[in-house]
Amino acid sequence: MILLEITLLAPLVGGLLLAFTGHRAFAGWLNVATGGVTFAASLALALDVFDHGARLSAGKMFYIDAFNVYLVTLTAFVGMTTSIFSRPYMRHEVERGRVTDRRMRLFHSMYQGFLFSMLLVLSTNNLGIMWVAIELATLTTVLLVSLYRTPESIEAAWKYFVLCGVGIAQALFGTVLIYFAAENRPGGERGDTLLWTVLHDTTAGGLDPAVVSLAFVFLLVGYGTKVGLVPLHNWLPDAHSEGPTPMSAVLSGLLLNVALYALVRIKMLVDASLNTELAGHLMMGFGLLSFVVAGLFMHRQHDIKRLYSYSSIEHMGLMTFAFGIGGPLATFGALLHMTMNSLTKSAIFVTVGYASQLAGTQRIDQIRGLIRTQPAIGWGLLIGTMAIAGFPPFGVFISEFLLLIATMKSWPWLTIPLLFGFGVAFAGLFRHLQPMVFGEPPAGQKPIQANILPVAIHLALVLWIGLSLPTFLSGWFEQATLLISGTSLR
Amino acid sequence: MELTTLGLYNQAIIVFAALVLFTSFVMLAQPRIQPLIYTFAWQGLLLAVVIVLAAIVSNHPHLYISAALTVVLKVGLIPWLLYRLSIRLNMNYETETITHPSMLLLSGAGLVVFSYFIAAPIVHLSGLATRNTIAVSIAVELLGMLIMIARKTAMAQVIGFMSIENGLFFAAVVSTYGMPLIVELGVAFDVMVASILFGVFFFHLRDSFDSLDVSHLNRLSETDEAMPLPEAAEVKQP
Repeated sequence: MILLEITLLAPLVGGLLLAFTGHRAFAGWLNVATGGVTFAASLALALDVFDHGARLSAGKMFYIDAFNVYLVTLTAFVGMTTSIFSRPYMRHEVERGRVTDRRMRLFHSMYQGFLFSMLLVLSTNNLGIMWVAIELATLTTVLLVSLYRTPESIEAAWKYFVLCGVGIAQALFGTVLIYFAAENRPGGERGDTLLWTVLHDTTAGGLDPAVVSLAFVFLLVGYGTKVGLVPLHNWLPDAHSEGPTPMSAVLSGLLLNVALYALVRIKMLVDASLNTELAGHLMMGFGLLSFVVAGLFMHRQHDIKRLYSYSSIEHMGLMTFAFGIGGPLATFGALLHMTMNSLTKSAIFVTVGYASQLAGTQRIDQIRGLIRTQPAIGWGLLIGTMAIAGFPPFGVFISEFLLLIATMKSWPWLTIPLLFGFGVAFAGLFRHLQPMVFGEPPAGQKPIQANILPVAIHLALVLWIGLSLPTFLSGWFEQATLLISGTSLR
Repeated sequence: MELTTLGLYNQAIIVFAALVLFTSFVMLAQPRIQPLIYTFAWQGLLLAVVIVLAAIVSNHPHLYISAALTVVLKVGLIPWLLYRLSIRLNMNYETETITHPSMLLLSGAGLVVFSYFIAAPIVHLSGLATRNTIAVSIAVELLGMLIMIARKTAMAQVIGFMSIENGLFFAAVVSTYGMPLIVELGVAFDVMVASILFGVFFFHLRDSFDSLDVSHLNRLSETDEAMPLPEAAEVKQP
């Protein structure tokens, strides 16, 4: 498990170092290096788990199986590429006078602290620690949302803090209830019952159904707030639009995934002890509502980052819906969609960051003619948006298609709202995108220095997976599908 | 169950739990800032008494650590921090007008009844001596949420937030004699960091909005009106 320790310790140590040196010229590189070490260790860990199966650490504190190891790798990867992007981006922000040296220290150390807390959520075996780490993810990012200290950003950060804090408190109550049910199961011994492995392997069948149902409702509301499910989503567009762009990229690409991961873990427990579809039906309802409502909201946005944060809500809703359906096909599709959305959405936020630096504003009606001023940014935004809207050659198309088939198989009449939602979201994105990319550039708009490499890597991966799903990746998803849904795809 | 057949300590637990609930109601309708902070500290102290009593009844020594954590954080550090902030921000004698206080208290009473309804299946399953107070702990949590909804100053919202945490801690103690120690320490760490961050935010809010009234936070919304230009916001920056 030395690999897991490196994966967890690298961002922690990097964050501590950056707390003192974050304003220096080399800090951006140190940030990239930390991300690189984390990613390398996580990749080695993934290969190890792929070969030898699930691992439980010595003190039973950490548990790595096919489901969370791929999310660990994804988190480390997006964390690394976003740190590559954030180095020149944040330097530009310093030159524009929007952030001071002290805030650069804050930014760098909290960026790594945030990655640490998310990796902790993914790898811990203890439901209580999982809660603590998700709350820690809020605490590390809340001051980054208000990094620019504008009244809007402070309002956004306050909303984020209060709504997520209250929401996540409900999840703690749900965790207490799960612990209570496990401690009071007939004939079981006490102790260790907050460990996920213990709960799942030996005790899940014996938990009291009434208490577990109650616990799931609280946990769904709690972690659902962090996933951004409608009607608990109000914090999300604000926090995404007002914070610095590297933050928006990791919030959208990673934090939401991690919260959904927690929810799915809980659902696995609840399903095993209830033998009903309660958890699945609740998730389907919330998911579908988020999917449709977020699509409609996209039509009314004036801020480019808010537009894409509603797109995040839409896709998280779709994944929640798919995990709710259960079944191997829907679960496989949801896992694939989780990856595709992370890669595409963080690439889009990176491009959006450049686009708003180029235009000097985040207002959609003032961002014009990106392709003519700087083709790399314009094409990046266009291709990224095509990918996220689900155009055929890209991976998002494959995962959305799988989800549509899965829905058709088990809930045929739900394909109608689903197709409606796809259409609405597509129109919502492209009515805003068209003039931004192709319009007439305003006089005096000059190209900026932009490193488009992270975007290119992400979109190339999405395209590759869309054209041919690599065997190791599909094998991986199949293992995770087997874990979550209990049945194999074949 | 007949209350008179309970042991003395168990009866004392119920009395002190009722007092914790009472402090929640006091906070709900207390318009002045400083008494609000004092009431919050009292709630923490009463909660610590309940935890100590539960430790004696159940013979779980690790609950003493939980009680000590509660005293240090909820009676000591957080009220002290809030008190100092209220003085530094010149809001220690401020009064907040509460619209419809009687409606607020009545809906609080409704929440207590609701939490007895929620707690029914849990109490049914539990064999612990403290099970009579599970509903009270849920009520404290829900009343904390009501404080956050009904009150408009940032200070009252923070106290509501911390009161929710009190309710959760209470629930963990009376339903399972506390969570595993490492989880409790983690939660306490999060609460401590959150209280410090809230303090930082008070200054940011005052600097940007000249007030700690959160109803001023209305710039970000989903209306069709044009948003204030970002450039206009940038000019204000130092």
